[in-house]
Amino acid sequence: MSDLKQLPLRAVHEAHGAKFVPFAGYDMPVQYAAGVMSEHLHTREKAGLFDVSHMGQVLLPLGADAALETLVPVDVIGLNEGRQRYGLFTSDAGGVLDDLMIARRAGDLFLVVNAARKAHDIAHMRGTIDGVQEVTDRALLALQGPLAVTALERLVPSVAQMKFMDVAQVAWNGVELWISRSGYTGEDGFEISVPSDAAEGFATALLEMDEVLPIGLGARDSLRMEAGMPLYGNDLAEEISPIEAGLTWAISKARRTGGAREGGFPGADRILDEMENGAPRRRVGLRPEGRAPMRAGVPLFDAAEGGAQVGTVTSGGFGPSIGAPIAMGLIDSSVAADATLYGEVRGKRLPAVQTELPFNKPDYKR
Amino acid sequence: MKFTEEHEWLRVEDDVVVVGITEHAASALGDVVFVELPEAGTTVSKDDEIVVIESVKAASDIMAPIDGEITEVNDALADNPGMVNEDPLGAAWFFKIKASDLSQMDDYMDEAAYKDMIG
Repeated sequence: MSDLKQLPLRAVHEAHGAKFVPFAGYDMPVQYAAGVMSEHLHTREKAGLFDVSHMGQVLLPLGADAALETLVPVDVIGLNEGRQRYGLFTSDAGGVLDDLMIARRAGDLFLVVNAARKAHDIAHMRGTIDGVQEVTDRALLALQGPLAVTALERLVPSVAQMKFMDVAQVAWNGVELWISRSGYTGEDGFEISVPSDAAEGFATALLEMDEVLPIGLGARDSLRMEAGMPLYGNDLAEEISPIEAGLTWAISKARRTGGAREGGFPGADRILDEMENGAPRRRVGLRPEGRAPMRAGVPLFDAAEGGAQVGTVTSGGFGPSIGAPIAMGLIDSSVAADATLYGEVRGKRLPAVQTELPFNKPDYKR
Repeated sequence: MKFTEEHEWLRVEDDVVVVGITEHAASALGDVVFVELPEAGTTVSKDDEIVVIESVKAASDIMAPIDGEITEVNDALADNPGMVNEDPLGAAWFFKIKASDLSQMDDYMDEAAYKDMIG
């Protein structure tokens, strides 16, 4: 276990009773004393603090916007200063290599990429872009929930003026915080990059507030599932196109057929074709009947007995705010939208109804 | 009360053994969201996987500690799996098993030995 990387806030996690698990090469808190269910519900009701320092933080020169556009189907050139946009690295075959956030700031572009993909993504960008700089001296925290703004504005009053997907560089206690109003829970909230040597003081200041509890990876996963958000490695992968994954909205207008800079990203032929003519598979929400969770990997059939496999569960578990099992699956597009599917769990076919995503409606401050 | 290495507790009532999981196990599992029980009347062998427990984190099994016949299961757990976390040693018993050979119970730990095992 000694080769696992440790988070800058390790001591804070331990003081709050964290249980650790290895994840993407890091020893990560999966839950604290309160447990996954309480942590999840607390985040939906008040505010939860997540340590996501394992994720990759990367800076690019402002002039790299056009070069970055050759790797992502996103309008980076048209992204306004102080704003952030969700993006995808696509493959030549039209699959997804990773998903990421792209922010344009006064002096640079700031990217956040998945922990398990950061080495890949950085190498991938360096093949095309000059001046790719990994940020290694900063922690990354997420403060999520309806009272996140109440808590954070005590330390940084200006955050109350930020809108969903705004980014800002703000002074706090002699250091610079990089703040975005965004997250991965389907709640209002912020992601905050803080210099590693100031992270403990900053996190402690938040955790001392009544509204704020530390939240582990377990609840992070159930929160993002309820929000219908895909996880790279589960719902997104190199063999799944962004259209199949339900991310058509993430293909910027400027990069679509007929747009100002149509195509020009890896896999554009397939991806733009699927936008016009449909994709072979689609990502759906699933509500299993009964109480048995359907987890990732469960095969989905079109009949209670016999029939054919028409898809696979890509993420699934229990939704604490829904009070029932929830899942997402990738299924053949030929399956009717109102057809009941049957997930095979421990040799039994259990019915699951297709449902729209998200399971839990977000309340972003747009 | 006796204990297995798989963190089950076993309470002998005449020739019937009541089976549940320990507080240590319930805490390690996390919030339990689903319990699948065997049917009363089923004949089982020691180490058969007869109960499925799913928590918010993962699925795990409970094995039959001895040979015998399931005489009763705790149906309340199906509707309220959270009982496993609230009262693992009491209300959240899983099943009762009529022992074919009660001497199989001799293999299991007493409370002091179990506490030593979990530290």
